[in-house]
Amino acid sequence: MANETRQSLIRLARREQMKSEYVWGIRIGSIIFALLLGCIPIMTTGNNPFSGFATIINGSLSKPIYFRQTIKIAVPLLGCALAIAPCFKMRFWNIGGEGQITIGAIAASFFALKIAPEGSLPHWGLLLLMMLSAAIAGGIWALIPAYFKAKHNTNETLFTLMMNYIAIGIVAYLQGGPWEGRKGSQIIPMFKSSARLPDVFGVHAGWIIVLLITATMHIYMKYTKQGYEIAVIGDSENTAKYAGMNVERIIMRTMFISGAICGIIGFIIASGANHTLYKGVANGVGFTSITVAWLSQLNAFVMILISFVLAILSKGSQTLQTRLSVPASVSEIVTGILLFCMLGCEFFINYKLIIRENPITGFCEKTVSKAKKICSKLISRNKSNAKEA
Amino acid sequence: MNILNTLITLAVAAIPFATALMLGTTGEILCEKSGNLNLGVEGIMYIGGAFGLAGAFAYEKAISAAGHIAASGEPASSGFIAIVIAIICAFASGAIASLIYSFITITLRANQNVTGLALTIFGTGIGQFTGEYMRVKQGGFVSLSNHLKHAFSTNIFGPLAKIPVIGPILFGHNVFFYLAVIIAITIYLFLMKTRKGLHLRAVGESPATADSAGINVTRYKYAATTIGGGISAIGGMVYIMTTAGATWNHEGLSGVGWLSVALVIFCIWNPLKAIWGSALFGALMIMYLRIVVSSVPTEIYKILPYVVTTIVLVASSMRNNKEKQPPKSLGRNYFREER
Repeated sequence: MANETRQSLIRLARREQMKSEYVWGIRIGSIIFALLLGCIPIMTTGNNPFSGFATIINGSLSKPIYFRQTIKIAVPLLGCALAIAPCFKMRFWNIGGEGQITIGAIAASFFALKIAPEGSLPHWGLLLLMMLSAAIAGGIWALIPAYFKAKHNTNETLFTLMMNYIAIGIVAYLQGGPWEGRKGSQIIPMFKSSARLPDVFGVHAGWIIVLLITATMHIYMKYTKQGYEIAVIGDSENTAKYAGMNVERIIMRTMFISGAICGIIGFIIASGANHTLYKGVANGVGFTSITVAWLSQLNAFVMILISFVLAILSKGSQTLQTRLSVPASVSEIVTGILLFCMLGCEFFINYKLIIRENPITGFCEKTVSKAKKICSKLISRNKSNAKEA
Repeated sequence: MNILNTLITLAVAAIPFATALMLGTTGEILCEKSGNLNLGVEGIMYIGGAFGLAGAFAYEKAISAAGHIAASGEPASSGFIAIVIAIICAFASGAIASLIYSFITITLRANQNVTGLALTIFGTGIGQFTGEYMRVKQGGFVSLSNHLKHAFSTNIFGPLAKIPVIGPILFGHNVFFYLAVIIAITIYLFLMKTRKGLHLRAVGESPATADSAGINVTRYKYAATTIGGGISAIGGMVYIMTTAGATWNHEGLSGVGWLSVALVIFCIWNPLKAIWGSALFGALMIMYLRIVVSSVPTEIYKILPYVVTTIVLVASSMRNNKEKQPPKSLGRNYFREER
């Protein structure tokens, strides 16, 4: 504080709009930086990081069956990321995707277990009923924290989180109680074939549903009045109030939509991938999809790419564990580092550093320019050597 | 007398769980008082648990490698040193993890919510990675020797615990419980009775005012978040060493960190309230084992603490008491240039 009168060495200033190629340059640079940092845990296990990443790619993409499994991981990730994107846009921190998926899966399983054996509905009718009920159940589950957030400003992060544990507890109860198959097995019986999503190109039809949701969500967020309202609330709740928006209603509506999509994802996982219901139906998707949503800057189409990348990481790290005995949780570490870097790099997009001119920085600049000259000389010499060779 | 006995056993059994919660909550209170909402507690506690276990385990291996074997055939490791090493490892690893969070939110000004979630994902990954790695190296099983496990969970007052009624409640706990209580009281005294504590609260309430009063906002935020994270990490270590039986399993922490974050609200940012608040929640968590109600299925019984937490959240948001509000700038970053 004594030196406040002097100018500090590094000052910050807000940047005016940056050129978009620079913005993406910084973002891609930070992703590369993150992947480099991700080498460290692989190296601690005594493996070459390049062969580590090669194993990840190999284990997730090299054969059609691996590729299909990777897609199967990506589908719920993308779907759930789409669901939480409007909430995050609104600065409503919905981390209850896990629970909303689980509740959706419960609702879908109810009809799969109770109606499918009777055979009173055609295949598509039953699937439609399952999907609808899952959407409604997930929506209502999400509406509970939204209501209290809107009316009493209850902390939604913790509320949605606690709802996760409650939902998973309900499945645990159903597994060991009313829906248990063979007594004492703690397992709910497999769905009849009429309650299973059919395969399209070797992967359950869930991917078509999710791609449809992607397009719809993009239009909803970009081109509708409701999407605009969400963006305004996210920027400033007071502005939204002055503009006469009913903030409470918008919060509840958005959360219902979010929960409904999560519910549909629950239906897809239960009916398409697992063909049954169990405690780990959501399996961390609700959390990982937060990463997907944030890494893609809430852009629906970028989410397709990011969810695919994270699915590669997740599938490939399983191969990494079996082949090189690197623990599979390395994928979580890399995901975390990716998020850190993406969060941090926004700073360099929004601010510029102004370094005070002083002898030290002057010296640094001179050294850098000298080094550059030497490097260029070396490079040209290398090139000429190469030509001679 | 029977009911009283049940209640006493419940209280005693709840304490290991409560201790982990108490440390987690106290650390997070310190952090939130500086205006930083650190949602990464779950991750920090994971890291603390994994590294605390790794530290104690490495110590024991070093002892047995040096050839010190006790008469029982186990390595002649000292319980006291193992506990100190575990605490230091947990604190240091948790502090480093919080430093990442601090750098990204305070210096790089990223959104606190998302950074906290990222820290949870990262920390869970690091914790699982470390645990799994140790397990693979050891050929499938990481566990301390029995006498070290005993050192971590035994009561430290010995015979005093035999006094009826008050004995088990006051003197029947492991060393960490008393450590946690001391930390909670110290933090309370620091926040309420010292000048630095006043400064820290000022930073949390209104960083702009604190800044113009000549308080170094950045330094206070960094210090509170880092130390708070270290304390939370000790909580994670306590959980792994006592409740989880000093081994690494896939279950990890099963949400203790998140419960701690919720408890902060329950305790209205007061470390003294964290002492009994965490005892209450610890009791809720294990009640299904001790007080069996035949009409309620176990799995439904198990979600009771989470249901109670949501009710607490709603109730505390409904009360409009000026004294019982969060630090005013909680969750917001401070931009000096944008005042």
